[in-house]
Amino acid sequence: MTVDTSAAAPTLSSAGREKPSMTRKPRRTAGGIVWQVLQWVPLVGFSLLFIYPFAWLLAASFKPRGQVFDNALIPRTFQPENYAQVWNELPLLNWLGNSLFIAILAATLVTVMSSIVAFGFAYFKFPGRGILFGIVLATMMLPGAVTLVPQFLIWNNLGLVGTNVPLWGMNLFGSAFYIFLQRQFFLGLPREIFEAARVDGVGYWGLFWRMAFPLSVPSFVIVFLFEFQASWNNLQAGLIYLNAGSEEGYTVPLGIASAMTKYSPTNGGHGDYQFVMVAALLVTLPMILLFAFGQRYFVEGVATAGRKG
Amino acid sequence: MTLTKDRAVADAAGADERTSTEKRPGHKAKKYNRKEAIAGYLFVAPWVIGFLIFTLGAMIYSLVISFSHYQLATNTARPAGFSNYEALVQDPKVMMSLGNTLYFAILAVPLQIIFALLLAMLLNNATKGSAFFRTVYYLPKMTPAVATAAVFFLLLNGNQGAINKGLAAIGIQGPQWLLDPDWVKPSIVIMTLWGVSGTMVIFLAALKNVPRDLYEVAELDGAGPVRRFFSITLPMISGPMFFNVLVLTIAALQTFDEAYLLFYRDTVQAAPDASLFYAVYLFQQAFRQFNFGFASAMAWLIFVIIMIISLIQVRVGNRFVYYESER
Repeated sequence: MTVDTSAAAPTLSSAGREKPSMTRKPRRTAGGIVWQVLQWVPLVGFSLLFIYPFAWLLAASFKPRGQVFDNALIPRTFQPENYAQVWNELPLLNWLGNSLFIAILAATLVTVMSSIVAFGFAYFKFPGRGILFGIVLATMMLPGAVTLVPQFLIWNNLGLVGTNVPLWGMNLFGSAFYIFLQRQFFLGLPREIFEAARVDGVGYWGLFWRMAFPLSVPSFVIVFLFEFQASWNNLQAGLIYLNAGSEEGYTVPLGIASAMTKYSPTNGGHGDYQFVMVAALLVTLPMILLFAFGQRYFVEGVATAGRKG
Repeated sequence: MTLTKDRAVADAAGADERTSTEKRPGHKAKKYNRKEAIAGYLFVAPWVIGFLIFTLGAMIYSLVISFSHYQLATNTARPAGFSNYEALVQDPKVMMSLGNTLYFAILAVPLQIIFALLLAMLLNNATKGSAFFRTVYYLPKMTPAVATAAVFFLLLNGNQGAINKGLAAIGIQGPQWLLDPDWVKPSIVIMTLWGVSGTMVIFLAALKNVPRDLYEVAELDGAGPVRRFFSITLPMISGPMFFNVLVLTIAALQTFDEAYLLFYRDTVQAAPDASLFYAVYLFQQAFRQFNFGFASAMAWLIFVIIMIISLIQVRVGNRFVYYESER
């Protein structure tokens, strides 16, 4: 069934597609070609600026210790062994495994739970619904600092500090931003199809699980990708909950931060920053792949968030 | 994470409008179906439980802790009256970090807005290839802060960093970015500008929604590009503009990753005072010194400050933002 009822979809298409005639300048004339080339000068210039740090990182990851800082985009000494040695130097495989496990669990939980809650707000009528949803929206505005310490104490009392449970556990309860996003999507589904299903004897859970859930795959993808990225990049939670534990239990961001310190000469290291560069590249690569496959969802999600009534 | 959350905040107003217009037929009767209501409560229960424990409960807990001396070893709290708040005022590092953070926000937010809008307008005007360039511009947004910091840590190095080498090539003596107190915050601004594409995407979506005919009419009337920008573009995107300012300000006031990674990761090396951000100091007090009472008081101070700044922005914003519904 292809019902395009996504609340976000129109934004996607307008942001993702080029309009056929942006300017009224004719394209085929000499003037049109010059105009187009002129437009590209700043676009290409900024592209180089944005790409440069990636190129620098890629090059540095192939350099021997003494040359990491030489800014050469083509390594003077090409040392691909860095990619073999890094696994012995740092427990990078553990870090990647931990981060992957946490990110998949966090994203799956938050996607499913947020959409259950969102369906509750979108479809059912019950006393206090407006107030409750208002509170959902209000919590999005809350600076994280206020709940940082008490949340730590809650996990500490449960004996879970030092495990990775605090890095995904709260996702069991859904998350305000995603509830908001999913609810917008559900509101776009025609109510009649649910009413008809009710008449056919489908239960309330069936409405969600057998109808709304399969219909809203695009918005699930948005939520999943957003949370996967947020979890994968999360440094602070690692610092709070995992820092005191063994190195093997670190996430990638925490591990790289500790490796930067470990190799620093002020801490008795030898400046083996090439391994940090390899690790930095390996933590970035999955995000770039994720973006390559899910670009339209990311852009759509951001644009939806930015849209105002 | 916080950024994403905050992003939707300003949308809230819009969402409410939308719901009220989407009210379904048959909604007039305020009589609830009992079974449906119970099912509804069950559906939203996970969030309500989480809210009661991890948000409302945590906030009350935080307030209590801020008025006590908390001992992590024994898990006990002694009442402390206002002493944590008094210590807050007396600790010069609190005011210093607050000053640094506000200074950073004032520097960063306008530059982020201008740069993001510039990029969005370039993409919007491009006749060909805008999808390709948008992808390129978005990549830094995907890069984990830890990777960005690892690279910029070396790019910004005052002696051998690529940025100063580049400046030297055009005859400019670059500053000691990471050591000179005057250049610490601009360094972090540069890092955040590199990852400004989230804001850019929001502007781009807004620019695409400006009706073309407005420009055509203005052009016929003899309005130049500058006049068209200020009289058409800016008013037409004022909603998303306001939203971006609000979100970027809240994010700037909570800056943690960049400052921590560049300056406070290494506990041996002393960091310049100019790099002490409020969120970093709060983190140190809470999770390195375990001064939970003091850290909670700090959290409430920044909470109040962020609320006040946001409220001012909302008030000012309401005077300038042009909503389509007002037409």
